[in-house]
Amino acid sequence: MTIVAAAVIAAGLLASPASAQSRTPRLDIGISTNVIPITSDFAGEDLTVFGAIDGADPELLRADFYDVVVTLEGPSLESVVRKKARVFGIWINRSSMRFEPAPVSYSLSSTLPVELIADSIELSDLGIGVQNIRLTPTGAIGDGSATPEFRNALLRLRTADGLYQRDPIGVEYVSSSLFRATLRLPANVPVGEHKLRAFLFQGGKFVMERELPLSVVKTGVEQFIFEYAHQHSLIYGLFAVLLAMITGWLGSVLFRKD
Amino acid sequence: MTIYLPIAEISVNAFVILGMGAAVGFLSGIFGVGGGFLITPLLIFYNIPPAVAVATGANQVVASSFSGALSHFRRGTLDVKLGLVLLVGGIAGAAVGVFVFSFLRTIGQLDLIISLMYVTFLSTIGGLMLWESIRSLLRARANQPVSLRRPGQHNWVHRLPLKMRFKKSKIYLSAIPVVALGFAIGILTSVMGVGGGFIMVPAMIYLLRIPTNVVIGTSLFQIIFVTAFTTVIQATTNQSVDVFLAGLLMIAGVIGAQYGVRAGRKLRGEQLRAGLALLVLGTGVRLGYDLVATPQELYSVAATMVGFQ
Repeated sequence: MTIVAAAVIAAGLLASPASAQSRTPRLDIGISTNVIPITSDFAGEDLTVFGAIDGADPELLRADFYDVVVTLEGPSLESVVRKKARVFGIWINRSSMRFEPAPVSYSLSSTLPVELIADSIELSDLGIGVQNIRLTPTGAIGDGSATPEFRNALLRLRTADGLYQRDPIGVEYVSSSLFRATLRLPANVPVGEHKLRAFLFQGGKFVMERELPLSVVKTGVEQFIFEYAHQHSLIYGLFAVLLAMITGWLGSVLFRKD
Repeated sequence: MTIYLPIAEISVNAFVILGMGAAVGFLSGIFGVGGGFLITPLLIFYNIPPAVAVATGANQVVASSFSGALSHFRRGTLDVKLGLVLLVGGIAGAAVGVFVFSFLRTIGQLDLIISLMYVTFLSTIGGLMLWESIRSLLRARANQPVSLRRPGQHNWVHRLPLKMRFKKSKIYLSAIPVVALGFAIGILTSVMGVGGGFIMVPAMIYLLRIPTNVVIGTSLFQIIFVTAFTTVIQATTNQSVDVFLAGLLMIAGVIGAQYGVRAGRKLRGEQLRAGLALLVLGTGVRLGYDLVATPQELYSVAATMVGFQ
């Protein structure tokens, strides 16, 4: 991945004549690693993405005519939103809505608040922004009148958990055509395949998109424990009991004298 | 210090977990209960997924009850025969409970049932115990003899057939209520992630009229096996036992329990029972309040991942 980053920077600085002819700017991005390990002391992390706008009009660059949006979409999973209601005086989960697989985490960073970069139709088409995460209900949904309510609840809860977030000024220009985007990975970032996407806009019009894969993985002991718990669950369970007995025995022995 | 829990799949502050373990261990040392009824709600309150909290709570109780039972065994306050009879019912109940647990999880009402069970059991038992201990405290103040065993005064339990002699407890009792009690508590263990000591101890004292001095040791003895069984079953059916989390809780819990035992020796029997009653009742009322009070957040969201409900 360092190779990609280097190539991007070179291309950006040289502004090759071939692409300059067409005057269609190109976007390239690079990250220093495509694997984010979750270690035992993982408490969230900042991911830095470098990118370059290649073949751009220098005049327009100077006038901040180009805007960049970088997003990181987490793995897609089916979600259930449940709503509590009072039944016989107690609050219980009464109604629920199931949504088709959608990213369970979403982090966005841009040069400007996205609403100022492009109009809402374009943003919706490209799937940019928390509001445009596609949440399609499945199963029995009745007349669908409750959908916005559950959809908004899901977006609100994930935003409160830090899973959905945005930084409207997270993309900074390092030079006229090179930029650096910072994306926040929360402590509860889901494990799995993430998708890094970068969008280039020229004067409010979408130009092109780049995509890179990024895996968030458990490592070392955590990974081992997780796999063992699922593949050899009986031995794992017996080990857990043994561990408890040893701890209990040690406790009673160490303190016996007193 | 942040630590990532591999099964719960979240990062937690290790000191918070250690603190919870130590505090619960201290209380369980004083009152001779496993402390599962305190640790599971605390974990859920700290955002650990309920399924993981229940299964890991059971694992932690193995450690604290094993530690406690060993001490009682050395002091001769453990009736192994009585414990084994309780265990017959306990294992059967725990096996049934795990299926109940999986079923409730699929219909999405696990949290509610767990909360309701907690509220019902904790409030009832806590209330009854508090009532009894206040009366005996008052009687002790009035200088009347305090005795839980009233010789010659038998209840219906003592008229059942299949009687067995339990030497250490110095009682002659039918096996039926003992097995039934074990069974009921076995179910609770798997569904609620508790050892059931807070129900077992009063039931043995008041219902079966077993002498108080052997009750705690014997209750702990059978809790070891039932919680160990539950841990293994939860690990194989739900993969929801987090050994990192359990390890932290155990270490702190075992140390806390030793200090608790020392603190407990300074208290009189009625005072201990009143204290335990207040603790049990307080937890029940608190959880009950949460069920009735209008929640700040009406919605909850769950992604379909293994280990999450």
